[in-house]
Amino acid sequence: MKTNGASVPDPAAAAMPAPTRRGAWQALGALWTIRGPLGARAYWALAGVGLLVPLLLWTLLSTFGAINKVFLPGPLDVALRLGRWYTEDDLAGDIGISVYRVVAGWALSALIALPLGLYIGTYRSVQALLEPLTDFIRYMPAVAFIPLVMLWIGIDERSKVAIIFIGTFFQMVLMVAEDVRRVPLAQIEAAQTMGATRSEIVEKVILASAKPALLDTLRITMGWAWTYLVVAELVAANSGLGYAIIKAQRFLQTDKIFAGILLIGAIGLAIDQAFRLLHRLAFPWLNPRGNG
Amino acid sequence: MNPHSEARAAAPLVDCRGVYKIFGRGSGAVTALQDVGLQVAEGEFVTVVGASGCGKSTLLRAIGGLETYTAGEILVDGKPVRAPGIDRAMVFQNYSLYPWLTVTQNIRFTRTLSAHTRDRTSSSVEAALGRSDALIRLMGLAPAADKHPNQLSGGMQQRVAIARALMSRPRILLMDEPFGALDAQTREVMHDLILHVSELERSTVIFVTHDVEEAIYLGKRVVLMAPRPGRIDSIYDVPLPPKQRSQEMRQAPEFLRLRSQILGRIRETAGMKTDLDLLQSLSRQAPGA
Repeated sequence: MKTNGASVPDPAAAAMPAPTRRGAWQALGALWTIRGPLGARAYWALAGVGLLVPLLLWTLLSTFGAINKVFLPGPLDVALRLGRWYTEDDLAGDIGISVYRVVAGWALSALIALPLGLYIGTYRSVQALLEPLTDFIRYMPAVAFIPLVMLWIGIDERSKVAIIFIGTFFQMVLMVAEDVRRVPLAQIEAAQTMGATRSEIVEKVILASAKPALLDTLRITMGWAWTYLVVAELVAANSGLGYAIIKAQRFLQTDKIFAGILLIGAIGLAIDQAFRLLHRLAFPWLNPRGNG
Repeated sequence: MNPHSEARAAAPLVDCRGVYKIFGRGSGAVTALQDVGLQVAEGEFVTVVGASGCGKSTLLRAIGGLETYTAGEILVDGKPVRAPGIDRAMVFQNYSLYPWLTVTQNIRFTRTLSAHTRDRTSSSVEAALGRSDALIRLMGLAPAADKHPNQLSGGMQQRVAIARALMSRPRILLMDEPFGALDAQTREVMHDLILHVSELERSTVIFVTHDVEEAIYLGKRVVLMAPRPGRIDSIYDVPLPPKQRSQEMRQAPEFLRLRSQILGRIRETAGMKTDLDLLQSLSRQAPGA
């Protein structure tokens, strides 16, 4: 799918007739327009700068900073370690099991949070019954549940999924409920005056209207589920990215810690972009210029 | 006159009797509607104006069944209103269209509801499709039929909302400031459109607005409500030919006279007369000279 931004002439470029000093200043000024437009090329250029500058700083610091590699390994060390992890150890298996745990915990959470949040956001009675309780529980630290989870569930795969579930579920319920409450009342009342039944309103108006916001909530909570991975793999794990990070700490393999953290970040970024793409494809009507 | 039409004239289609609506309780209670009595005959176009807080929207919503009332009775076709019903369609100011549906799908939304599809014979489906196509043409929406609401201007969006409300041939059309968010030029076009459509559909319309000119141009009668407590203050018959209105009428002397009369009364009921005195006293105090 070609983005609309790409076909529209770049306003910053249009304001720059010749590469004079004044024109360059104007183009720079255009970047500081409050909520101003930004062409696709400028966006990716800035995103590239934002990612590459820290990498460059890191390289310089580790090369010329005279810092012990135990404290700060260089990008090359991390890359080599990642390669050895793949060839000599089971990197693919670690990624696979971690993705499985995160996705399973998150999906289980979504499976219950979506209908429950729909009810909380639709009926004040259900809200009164469940929201204070949910608010109460969501402030409890997920890490503190580890002993209880081990006691109740054991130390097998389910316990890791359970920790991620506990870390994600209570936030997700409240966000889903909020998404549902944001459906404009006029949309609901219009359906009422058209004679829609209660279940028809929930299905054809509230759910349909909240869908884009719900997909966003699923995307954001997926990110939170990943942050609980290391915690989850504290529980008697012997595989996974979080476990690898914890083990590397024990052997002072700082480069492996770096590799694990960066890998989790990269996987998260990829999943996030996939969600955004899905959002664009599933809800073309949100973009007034598209689908015309 | 045949006896049938006489009977209709005798029993109003909408009959509000001594309607009270009180929000809250005790010392914080607000009387939104106080002893409201209003009769609207079948086929009549009645507009309701008044200062903000006069309860005009509350009254409309109570007739629509979206708001409960504390005391009194609202009868539609002799039956008391308890909930929304398909005999009363409502058009809101905005945000009531379904942005995920196209214009055609929005207008045909009622066809996806069980209340409108009990009759599943092919002839009824065909009739419904013909009806939605006719409404799309009548409202000038044909070029936009497959677009989504957020691709349309505010005026076009309200045309879709009106077409959707008319789809199931409601007996009564309740309009809650439907043109309030539109610019003046678009509004004038919409005025002639809604007059034409209500004439064609023989709809009974109750139209709430804060725009006095709009109320006179559209209404056969103008109901003026007053705030604190919300109540009906006065009702004006519009001395203009009801069937053929034209934009020039806005300049007619009887139009202008009624307009200033109603505007003056709204200012009185809202206690806004003193504003001018206040302004003058402020400018006297101004340290200009």
